[in-house]
Amino acid sequence: MLELYQAPLRSRLLLGTARYPSPAVLTAAVRAARAEVVTVSLRRESGSERAGQGFWSIIRELGVRVLPNTAGCHSVKEAVTTAHMAREVFGTPWIKLEVIGEDDTLQPDVFGLAEAARILCAEEFEVFPYTTEDLVVAERLLSAGCRVLMPWGAPIGSGRGLNNLFGLTALRAHFPDVPLVIDAGLGVPSHAARALELGFDAVLVNSAVAQARDPVRMAAAFAQAVEAGLAARLAGPIEPRDLAVPSTPVIGTAFRG
Amino acid sequence: MRILVNGTWRETLSAELSAVLEELGYGGSVVTTAVNGEFVAAAVRRGTRLTEGDRVEVLAPMQGG
Repeated sequence: MLELYQAPLRSRLLLGTARYPSPAVLTAAVRAARAEVVTVSLRRESGSERAGQGFWSIIRELGVRVLPNTAGCHSVKEAVTTAHMAREVFGTPWIKLEVIGEDDTLQPDVFGLAEAARILCAEEFEVFPYTTEDLVVAERLLSAGCRVLMPWGAPIGSGRGLNNLFGLTALRAHFPDVPLVIDAGLGVPSHAARALELGFDAVLVNSAVAQARDPVRMAAAFAQAVEAGLAARLAGPIEPRDLAVPSTPVIGTAFRG
Repeated sequence: MRILVNGTWRETLSAELSAVLEELGYGGSVVTTAVNGEFVAAAVRRGTRLTEGDRVEVLAPMQGG
């Protein structure tokens, strides 16, 4: 069973809660995904509309664990303050730490990320840093106290899958005992299956499900994909070869000799 | 007193954060607050005095990825 900061999880699929066509579809998608962890955020609340209150009721009724993010933060200060606010309102030390460094790709500012992680880990947050596949940055985050890493597959919402297969494979090999969750950029269930086949511990998906024509069906498809990917990983895939190897035994082949 | 609440200038009668929240309709809501970029925990809102021009953030749970 997967453990993230001592929390045992049966599901390898973490689900984002944004961009669904309706709250009812969000609820059905979380159930179809069999997700035990959903990501949430903080936004400005209007005293008259109180939109956040209804959303929070929906999430509490689902009975899932929440992973608050610091989405939209572009500085260490913003991210750290947002983490403090999230810990209070969501009642969890978990924080998906995002410090965005570039607006076109939403690439993490890894320097700010490492600094914010250091501050928050010292304050006993359990930090899930949204990072790249860079080994040096990963080492820095682990040294700061992170016990889980969340490397991107591709830019957030791009649906491109595992952009840098070599880099991600190297990251997995370099940190065999660190839970690694592919966060961002997955587009279809085969991307998720591939991540699990490569040995990644879980995936976090949002747009690929929420923006699908049928989000609930897509959530179920991703759930099946991560199960298939994990099963394949545990079953021990064969090594790719350059030349063909006959699968049918050649001994006793007719018309030979 | 004029303060900036979630990016909008508001006139408030009170100068204490907890009272301002009540005045602006946040009473009973699940919200978290910051003043001038610094987190202000719920436990100390009552004793937090605001001054003219302060920037107050009032945030609530929202969808996120």
